Amino acid sequence: MKTRPDGRKFDELRPISAKAGIVKNADGSAMFKIGDTIAYAAVYGPRELYPKFLQDPTKGILRCRYNMMPFSGAGERVKPGPSRRSTEISMVTEKALLPVLNLEDFPNAVVDVFIDLPQTDAGTRCAGICAASIALADAGLWMREMVSSVSVGKVNEDILVDLTYEEESAEGEVADIPVAYLPKSGRVSLLQMDGEISKDELVKALELGRQASLQIYEVQKQTLLDKYRGESNEE
Amino acid sequence: MRNDERSHLIKFLEKGLRFDGRKLDEFRPITVEYGVSKNAEGSSRVKFGDTELFAGVKMSVEKPYPDTPGQGNLMVGVELSPMSSPDFETGPPSPVAVELARVVDRGIRESKAIDTQKLCLTVGEKVWMVAIDIVTVNADGGLIDASALAALAAIKDAKFPSYDGLKLDYNNHTDEPLPILKRPIAVTVYKVGRHFIIDPTGEEEEVVDARLTVTSFDGKLCALQKGDLTPLSLEDVESMVSLGLMKAKELARHL
Repeated sequence: MKTRPDGRKFDELRPISAKAGIVKNADGSAMFKIGDTIAYAAVYGPRELYPKFLQDPTKGILRCRYNMMPFSGAGERVKPGPSRRSTEISMVTEKALLPVLNLEDFPNAVVDVFIDLPQTDAGTRCAGICAASIALADAGLWMREMVSSVSVGKVNEDILVDLTYEEESAEGEVADIPVAYLPKSGRVSLLQMDGEISKDELVKALELGRQASLQIYEVQKQTLLDKYRGESNEE
Repeated sequence: MRNDERSHLIKFLEKGLRFDGRKLDEFRPITVEYGVSKNAEGSSRVKFGDTELFAGVKMSVEKPYPDTPGQGNLMVGVELSPMSSPDFETGPPSPVAVELARVVDRGIRESKAIDTQKLCLTVGEKVWMVAIDIVTVNADGGLIDASALAALAAIKDAKFPSYDGLKLDYNNHTDEPLPILKRPIAVTVYKVGRHFIIDPTGEEEEVVDARLTVTSFDGKLCALQKGDLTPLSLEDVESMVSLGLMKAKELARHL
């Protein structure tokens, strides 16, 4: 059987570890590590939203901020501050998480989710969403279900889950598809793609991703259980 | 409110104690980890009690500044991530973050911690740029000293990426460390009433009267920064510098 550069099977995730409650100042927080990609997420709120004109008197709003630390990327330093890339990722992260929240009880308030990545090796928005989802639960917010996110894709002939940077940047026909799954309802709240892939291959990739997302969901649940049992499963 | 908390703290300090049971000149438990971010040329994670931050070094080849054609470039950036405190907001760096970055920068620059002449590849044309970035994860006071220590740990951890004169290869690092000559250590001494304390928690930091950051190497001063509102007497300055110099030795042992 063919394997991948790091020896994984096509449908195999990289090693995952996670921990809840890692930022003491925050109302909820989590670290989610998948392979060499590490995401920290902290949740503040619901808290009053300023400036006031941004407030919505009918419900609270969710505000996400995705940020790669300047030294975290492969290659050159990432300039601090928002970029077009980080602005878009922040926005799609918001859309990925919002469907599981119910902010109607918090008019004029904001729930802030801050995602910082100290080290990256592809799949950063997915890792950020996984961390944020644990952090929102850790903050005690009511949630319909978790959000479990993973990238799937195609590298030449192979349909893979959880691509590394090496796989993403391979020569030839490559497709990178970050997906956020709502594991209980089986729906997706984030779906992006760039590259080349046929419809049949896409369907196959999304199914592989769904299976993988269930494994991530188990880790997320266990992480929360561990914290509230006073234990941790950090490496 | 602030005054109540201030007098409450002073009552404790009169007895030689802090809220968390520490002595006035005692640091919180400190940890320094190296190599915590594999894409960085060097990195560290530093904790002072509940304060936690990352520092990372990225290097690139750039044009030297016109006034230093034979020296490498150095830059220190600090991001007070909104993740780390409800008081920090998204947006451009606040004056607090800029001051913090500049105080750390001056300590490294003025002590000549890095031999910038060795970072020159071609005079006037090509030099190494060393960018040190600090990002806070949880802010609970004492950020200046923790940032300075993390920056030093990160440059100590750093290795040059491969460079063949034309292209940088970030995937292959050499074994060559940065040319480090000095180890500047920042110790910020805070004044509350007639007392001097170091390494305050966020709670203590809110009620201090003044602070003086004393950066030194081998007992020699290389940078100072007075902060907060209350003016200091010359006697205060002398006492604070003495305490800063003494405590720097202790902090240096964590590297």
